[in-house]
Amino acid sequence: MDKALGDKRTILILLGPALLVYSLIMLVPIVWSLGYTVMDGNPIIGFQFTGFDNFATFFSDPAAWEAIGFTLKYALVLTVLQVAVGYGLALLYVFWLRKASSLIRTIVFFPVVLPTVAVALLFQRLFEAAPTTGPVNALLNSFGIASVDWFGTPDASFWIVILMDLWRSMGFYAVLLYAGLVDIPDELLESARLDGAHGWKLVRSIVLPLSLPVLLSSLIFSINGTLKVFDTVVALTNGGPGNATTPLTLYMFQTSFTYGDYGYGSTIALMLTILCLLFTVFIFRSTRRDLTKG
Amino acid sequence: MSATTDSRHLELHTVAISSPREPRRRRGARDFFARLPLRAIIAVLLVIEIYPMVWMLLGSFKTQSEFLNEPFWALPSSWSFDNYVEVFTTGNFGQYIVNSVLAVFPSLFFILLFGVAAGFALEVLVWKGRGPVLLLFLAGIMVPAQMILLPLFTIYFRTGLTGSLWPLILTYTAIGLPLTVFMMATFFRTVPREIFEAATLDGASMLRAFWSVGLPLVRNAIFTVGLVQFFFLWNDLLIALTFTTSSSLRTIQVGLLNFTGQYGAVQYGPTFAAIAVSVFGTLMLYLFLNQQVMKGLTAGSVKG
Repeated sequence: MDKALGDKRTILILLGPALLVYSLIMLVPIVWSLGYTVMDGNPIIGFQFTGFDNFATFFSDPAAWEAIGFTLKYALVLTVLQVAVGYGLALLYVFWLRKASSLIRTIVFFPVVLPTVAVALLFQRLFEAAPTTGPVNALLNSFGIASVDWFGTPDASFWIVILMDLWRSMGFYAVLLYAGLVDIPDELLESARLDGAHGWKLVRSIVLPLSLPVLLSSLIFSINGTLKVFDTVVALTNGGPGNATTPLTLYMFQTSFTYGDYGYGSTIALMLTILCLLFTVFIFRSTRRDLTKG
Repeated sequence: MSATTDSRHLELHTVAISSPREPRRRRGARDFFARLPLRAIIAVLLVIEIYPMVWMLLGSFKTQSEFLNEPFWALPSSWSFDNYVEVFTTGNFGQYIVNSVLAVFPSLFFILLFGVAAGFALEVLVWKGRGPVLLLFLAGIMVPAQMILLPLFTIYFRTGLTGSLWPLILTYTAIGLPLTVFMMATFFRTVPREIFEAATLDGASMLRAFWSVGLPLVRNAIFTVGLVQFFFLWNDLLIALTFTTSSSLRTIQVGLLNFTGQYGAVQYGPTFAAIAVSVFGTLMLYLFLNQQVMKGLTAGSVKG
């Protein structure tokens, strides 16, 4: 039996193609990219060994720090909002809408499947101030508030980016967390209700602790995705105004392809990878501790 | 998974219904007002989700002067398709859609073929080192694509692949594999091992068992994974932006990104029509397959 299940030729035929493509196009380039971090140049003009100059540049580069700052601020704010709003919606689905929730769930989920570029162009028009007044500014005007140039100031741009990604992703996190909430046994909720726990008290003392695992895994998925934000920013603000909304991903892209500096670009990419790793390990560790406690 | 969800749902529902009917009817008016905040929340939610789409669709029929001179809520004066014609002629969207199809579907084919086979080899077959290899694939989910772009650009440049759609197909295939392998391994885990053992006892080789026993058993899973990967690839911007070196290679996302810049001043009608065209495909797919899409995308949420 084990002979058939462990046949070397079968393993090679089934696993070979995937492993080959994956190695050549993911693993080799990752190592290759590490090599670039100690070089200067690009494939057209050639490369020169420069040691750890790129890392020294990175840590003394104000634009790099600004990019790290934006990436962290964006990732943390959006992660908290995504999971919080998603959780609110999931509670709404499970405890208030009940039978009607299927249709609402499906409708709130749909922006996830839309191309980011299309949504970004639409949001540019929705929040436009001039030459035409977009719906959002028109709504403000009707309350007697002057139009806001949403893409003109760093703060407003930041919140538009957040708002757009929240619009796209809240339905997704709602469904993800909903799946965790419906797994809570009804007998448990019923007995808590008989003990007099209702509304907020029921949520806080029964539902929240029981859905902690799915909440924490949502946090991991969210932070891992938001640290890599690229499409939204490129299409909505292109990093502007100035470079106020430029995350590490976009800074890496500009450094490499606009300025042709592959060495420094690889260094920025490596820093981004390390950042993702740190956050995953950090959240994973705190999750593990909490789970063993509970 | 969805079956248990539904039955729980039903239970919750029956609990709600079985509460005594009489007092409920007397409180009718009070009930109505008690439910008002909830109804308001739902209404606002629906407007936020649906209105941008309606606005986009109406806008795609408006002329430039209607955009500049009339309020945003005005309906288009005529239902002419001029803006759409503009998108496909000046905007060259036909070419972009063809490019997207030619890049995404071959990639999808390779991802599923290689990924399902690898998932089977890593989960059903027994051999030393399958744990570490699965971990190696898993690591690929977390590493940002930025990490591989520059060496790949060099490789494609040196091998002369630059200037074709092959860089996209190859990169998409490699990037799609980790999640596919991971998800397929998870699906194969739910298939009882005895089925494969019985197949080999009946004299089938393991390859045969994979092809005629394993594959049919995970047919639905393959469809789900394919759907998930389709959305990721079709909506990709980063890879497409990096490797489409000439405008004739642009995918629909890159084409749309460059669309507004084409005329200097924003051409509102054509822009809205272009957004509508690019949204159409995935929206239709979602309209018909929303339950599978929701299930698949949340199952693939490890990708963040």
